Amino acid sequence: MSRITDTFEKLKVKNEKALVGFVTAGDPDIKRSMEIITKMCDAGMDILELGVPFSDPTADGPVIQRSSARAIDQGVTLKDVIAMTKKIRANTDIPIILFSYYNPIHAYGLKTFYDDATRAGADGILIVDLPPEESDEMTSQWPGDELSLIRLVAPTTPAERMKKIANGASGFLYMVSKTGVTGSDGLDNSEISSTYSHLSAASDLPICVGFGISTPEQVAAVANIADGVVIGSAFERTIEDNIDKADLADLLYEQVKACKAATIING
Amino acid sequence: METDNTKTREKLTDQYPDSNGHFGAFGGRYVGETLMPALLELDEAFKKYGSDPAFIDEFNKLLEHYTGRPTPLFHAKRLSEHLKGAAIYFKREDLAHTGAHKINNTLGQVLLAHFMGKTKVIAETGAGQHGVATATVAALFGLECKVFMGTEDVRRQAPNVKRMGLLGAEVIPVSSGSGTLKDAMNEAMRYWVGAVRDTFYVIGSVAGPHPYPVMVRDFQKVIGIESKRQILKQAGRLPDMLIACVGGGSNAMGLFYPFVDDPMEMVGVEAAGKGIDTEKHAATLGMGTIGVLHGSKSYVLQDENGQIMEAHSISAGLDYPGVGPEHSLFKEIKRVRYESITDEQALEAFYTLSKLEGIIPALESSHAIAQAMIEAPKMKMDDIIIVNLSGRGDKDLGIIFSNLD
Repeated sequence: MSRITDTFEKLKVKNEKALVGFVTAGDPDIKRSMEIITKMCDAGMDILELGVPFSDPTADGPVIQRSSARAIDQGVTLKDVIAMTKKIRANTDIPIILFSYYNPIHAYGLKTFYDDATRAGADGILIVDLPPEESDEMTSQWPGDELSLIRLVAPTTPAERMKKIANGASGFLYMVSKTGVTGSDGLDNSEISSTYSHLSAASDLPICVGFGISTPEQVAAVANIADGVVIGSAFERTIEDNIDKADLADLLYEQVKACKAATIING
Repeated sequence: METDNTKTREKLTDQYPDSNGHFGAFGGRYVGETLMPALLELDEAFKKYGSDPAFIDEFNKLLEHYTGRPTPLFHAKRLSEHLKGAAIYFKREDLAHTGAHKINNTLGQVLLAHFMGKTKVIAETGAGQHGVATATVAALFGLECKVFMGTEDVRRQAPNVKRMGLLGAEVIPVSSGSGTLKDAMNEAMRYWVGAVRDTFYVIGSVAGPHPYPVMVRDFQKVIGIESKRQILKQAGRLPDMLIACVGGGSNAMGLFYPFVDDPMEMVGVEAAGKGIDTEKHAATLGMGTIGVLHGSKSYVLQDENGQIMEAHSISAGLDYPGVGPEHSLFKEIKRVRYESITDEQALEAFYTLSKLEGIIPALESSHAIAQAMIEAPKMKMDDIIIVNLSGRGDKDLGIIFSNLD
């Protein structure tokens, strides 16, 4: 059984939802990024989304744009992100999803990427700007199925299209909470419920909801609906606001702990 | 069986793109899922209204009575004599309303937005010509308009910023990256993700995700259609060469496309900035590699890790590290020859044309003129070159005079 499927099954038994945490790999630098990730795993994060920095992140709001720029300034490349994955995998069984735009993967080489990412212990890849219409060129070069292709579904996705997307997906589905870039505000739980019910009718895969979720209260509300909650910009904001502090990783530890507690369903 | 001579070779124009917008290995739709349904809807709407007589009729009337088409095809005799070579004709897109070819496309797209019932439009702009053209047509149709523009371009194209304000558009300065066209397009795409339900994104070049490259080409091909008719009338034959500058590539595609299946040479001219042997250029087809930027696969200026690099050109409209996917195809199949012209060569052409013909060209167009100044002397006196004079130079006077200091 894959680490992703295994994680969701264990959580189900415990009556918990998944806390999926996103951080940009190598922000503020590779060493501290590793410390942050280690602490986040220790604090009970269920799935790690490791962001591959990209120069032109058109789906991201200002917070993740800046985090990406900081990592690029440090010279962080996809090769470094894969090396980080290997180190993280040496210490934990947490599922690791690489989160990227298509161009860095394309430049790396589609088959080489698969080989190197799976060998390092990555479980999945989510490519924000690679819809099902374009993904065959990549997956046709993959020699195996050890890497889950996490697909996105948006509030604008019609029901018919949801089925098509779900058919080609594995691991879990990433449901975008609202129309907008990452980190934007205006979370609407009734819209999330509505999109979730359409999507869960189209697929048996676990559904994680992300974009614009930052507080434990918001986590609790979304955890009541979906199978997992993704937090990204809120963690990156903590990194940015405390970039020079010695206890930066501890602050992330506390933040993850509070959010994780909100994923436990009472009663 | 013998080859059938009556059967013509399959036309290029019939082959591309496929139904998902692929021009061979290029093009496509590389965008987030939130935008996919909007692009599919746009594709449907473009197919539906693009063949709707009511739409076509209104578009043609606006091109004639609002834009002032057809624009003239002018035989530049003094420049031709000066160069002692081929006869140079200019397609005078600088005489179109708002001073550049950009209005052909914005009329088409804003009219389409209007037919689709969208009430708001957004656009990105580099030199400001596409922003001005979008703001102009938005005013004509009473639509709300926001234009995203890099802070560096806001600085160097100040008159156009003021013009957009007068036309009732809101200019949103974008300071990320190098504050130029690429960054403006990033921000426009981000804004669109949040506003996609009621907002139409008017892309200014043959770049971006499908169906934009096809749509912009189809709205711009009036340039080549008119040129063909005009040169046949004036010279009695087709030209031997077409020359146009290429940033994203819309004025070049507009001129080239109606001639693609005719036997003549086509030259696309990129900006070599301070030289293609430096890091300060925008020669995407000349020096780039294949990648994905702004929703389509094409040549891009990128490093070995797939990070997009900053382009450079004295001309804001060519200052872009990407290029339309159909140009990448034309490069690959060698239908178009792509060359590049430095800032310095473009400036020289700018002065030459101003003095010899009484036409002050845009710095973008000056790149095409500079290339014509290289090509014409190598050709016969009875050869014909058509150069797309894609825009007028008024907007560039600030740069020109500060460059003289």
